[in-house]
Amino acid sequence: MASTHLATVVTPYTIPAPLMDVLQLTLLVLVAAGATAVALIREPVRQVVMLSVYGVLLAVLFLAFQAPDVTLSELTVGAVALPVLLLLALAKVKRREK
Amino acid sequence: MSPGQRRWIFLAGVAGLAAFYLWGLTGLPGFGNYPGPYGDIINHVAVAQTNATGVVSAVNFEYRGFDTVGEEFILFVAATGVAVVLRHLRKERQQKEDDPTADWAIPPASDAVRLAALFFTGPVVVMGWFLALHAQTSPSGGFQGGVVLATAFILIYLSGEFLLFRRVSPADVTDAVEAVGAGGFAAIGVSAVAMGLPYLKNFLPRGTVPGAVSSGGTIPLISFFVGLEVAAAFVLIVGELVEQTLLVRPRER
Repeated sequence: MASTHLATVVTPYTIPAPLMDVLQLTLLVLVAAGATAVALIREPVRQVVMLSVYGVLLAVLFLAFQAPDVTLSELTVGAVALPVLLLLALAKVKRREK
Repeated sequence: MSPGQRRWIFLAGVAGLAAFYLWGLTGLPGFGNYPGPYGDIINHVAVAQTNATGVVSAVNFEYRGFDTVGEEFILFVAATGVAVVLRHLRKERQQKEDDPTADWAIPPASDAVRLAALFFTGPVVVMGWFLALHAQTSPSGGFQGGVVLATAFILIYLSGEFLLFRRVSPADVTDAVEAVGAGGFAAIGVSAVAMGLPYLKNFLPRGTVPGAVSSGGTIPLISFFVGLEVAAAFVLIVGELVEQTLLVRPRER
């Protein structure tokens, strides 16, 4: 996969292409598993925590696919802000149930 | 209609969807292959044209700055919408401070959470401002910086309580900062028009060294205002929702 990347700029930090392929494939599988877990978990609070974990996984995926800008957004919005909003909504709903 | 018939209709629909989906997949470009010309053109000319090495921000705040204004106002309108929908209604009141049930829905933060939040708040503020103010280098940008800054306020909420969150982000100040952020971006565009240039044309000197602090012209300036707007919008939305959990409606009691 990494062999098809556009420019082949080599720096001291360049990860060898086969290693990068393994990393990207692993992350793709993890993201698919994370998304499935979010959909399968039924208990809302646990589901939100898993959603946050899924956000972190997606952020790392974006980093591995050379999109650090999107990583920053995903990390803050997907892993922090969205779960916080959902937890607040859950707190409100639970209060009303009692 | 019998369940059997419904199942056949469902299966026919699924088969049709699967066929079109697979057909579509076969037409996709190969992994890592970019077929369009624009990305390649931008990659070749962007740094030379703008002196910004953060090409993503150069695209966001210069090449397609007009689209970004629209996006920024989407967030602005969304925050306004949340504030309007969640406004205080008649007979709704804030929970009393001495209410014995005040903290059962949201248990007080543990020491571990408070310490972690305390530890991360400072670095997160620094990182947020760094990202928002250095759009001309990569990776950075006003949106990313803004949400990172907003995260710092969420950390304050986690570490302490709502009152502290409100003390560091009073609703009036947050509203004003959001308006300044959104208005500042639009005003930069209007300034260009006032100079006889197209809307949002980069009218500031772009510097000589690519990626330097002084490079990029209006790109870091716009990024700064976007950072303000985004941070304030997120703090406003979170604040409104936190307030909702504390509100007591008459019939709930």
